Amino acid sequence: MSYLADVGTLARKDLLLELRSRDTVPAMLLFVVSTLVVFNFALPAGASDEAAYGLLWAALVFTAILGLTRAFAAEREQRVLDGLVLAPADRSAIWLGKAIAVVAFLALAEVVALPAFALFFEPVGWELVAAVALASVGLAVVGTLLAAMAAASRARELLLPLLFLPLVIPIVVGGVGASIADDPGRYLGFLALYDLIFAILSWASFEYVVTE
Amino acid sequence: MTSAEKYVTAAYLVVLGVVLAYIVIYAFKLSRLEREVSELAELARRKREEVTG
Amino acid sequence: MLAAAAAGLLLVGIALAFYWVPNAPDEGFRQRIFYIHVPVALTAYACFFWAAWKALRLLWTRDQRYDLESYTAVHMGVIFGILTLVTGSIWARTSWGVWWTWSERQLVLFLVLFLFYSAYFMLRYSVDPGPRRASMSAVYALFGVVLIPVSFLAIRLSEELIHPVVFTRDVNSNLAGSQLLTVSVCFAGMLALAGALYVNELTGKRVDERLRELREALS
Repeated sequence: MSYLADVGTLARKDLLLELRSRDTVPAMLLFVVSTLVVFNFALPAGASDEAAYGLLWAALVFTAILGLTRAFAAEREQRVLDGLVLAPADRSAIWLGKAIAVVAFLALAEVVALPAFALFFEPVGWELVAAVALASVGLAVVGTLLAAMAAASRARELLLPLLFLPLVIPIVVGGVGASIADDPGRYLGFLALYDLIFAILSWASFEYVVTE
Repeated sequence: MTSAEKYVTAAYLVVLGVVLAYIVIYAFKLSRLEREVSELAELARRKREEVTG
Repeated sequence: MLAAAAAGLLLVGIALAFYWVPNAPDEGFRQRIFYIHVPVALTAYACFFWAAWKALRLLWTRDQRYDLESYTAVHMGVIFGILTLVTGSIWARTSWGVWWTWSERQLVLFLVLFLFYSAYFMLRYSVDPGPRRASMSAVYALFGVVLIPVSFLAIRLSEELIHPVVFTRDVNSNLAGSQLLTVSVCFAGMLALAGALYVNELTGKRVDERLRELREALS
């Protein structure tokens, strides 16, 4: 039980930090809305309605990258991560706490992005919302691990997108499929599978990413 | 040669070409390693002379 | 010796592919690219799995020598991956007149994997050498191998969404005995080749390492 307590503490720390500094989530909100506006100009007149859904998913992925780049920024600046790693908590709790915070940030961005999308482009049905929810978990789960890797490198902001994009291609497929296919259930199921597989993998391997 | 034959041969030649290129790059690397070994041998010899001489 | 086995198997295999195997009924002569494209692709997968195995060993035992082995295996995998993309592209060109098509699942999968493992090298170059880099690379290599089936599934799911134009090809339907033999011989040869190159490169890297240590010791 103390494991979950640790996770809760860590997640709360990140959320409180964000509440006080308010630098990541507003940036994500502004970014996602700006991207949607850019997409209006990027879509040629004859584009199908469904193309807009594809662009929404692209916007979500890039907004996630934006948020994740900040994920370990605070730790880096104060070398808190080293301290956390030395703490008696199970290292994977750091990952879980951080991932939960990232999901929260993403959810906040999506609460703004989805209505904006419905306003600018196409209606948003329940399948899309479900897909976005599942996808957010996947993005956070994989992104948190990769952000920790990038934080340890010299290239940081450059490295995270390179590591991230190939891994989240399945999420985009699942998301777009759930948005436009006749049978969204399959795609939602796939997203859930992706979340499960990569959550387990990230949870198990985070320890090795942050220690020697 | 028919067009199909040309493409098939091209595919096999590309594989062969890449392998050969790899071997050439490796030959360069090996000669560099050889040079380093002789440099280090020279260094070691000089050090030994410093100690004993 | 691996290199000798590779040379022998490949010579026999290519001879079989060009002279012995009969023409495929529907596709004719150009189907013979199959006998180099598929072995190269399978060898690339083998290299990635080998790299993941070595990565697992590293994380399990913390023995640093697995790092170089895993890295070399990824390098081999990427080389064979590029060859897969090129031979696949040539095959697409002869079959359908285009150099690329999104409806060839294997090709798209290899493109995704190529991007993924290229990022592996970016990761390695931007982290200072040491046990930390070794662990991170190992974790990443494991992710790669998990990505292979997940991506394949995703690509299959995406076909009905994105590509209405589907080029069909009976690649794996009922391989005739002679075809199976030829592709197997070529595959064995490619594996042996990959193995020989792997051992070669690993030795070279290890010598590099020891020379560096020697240099530091002497100066």
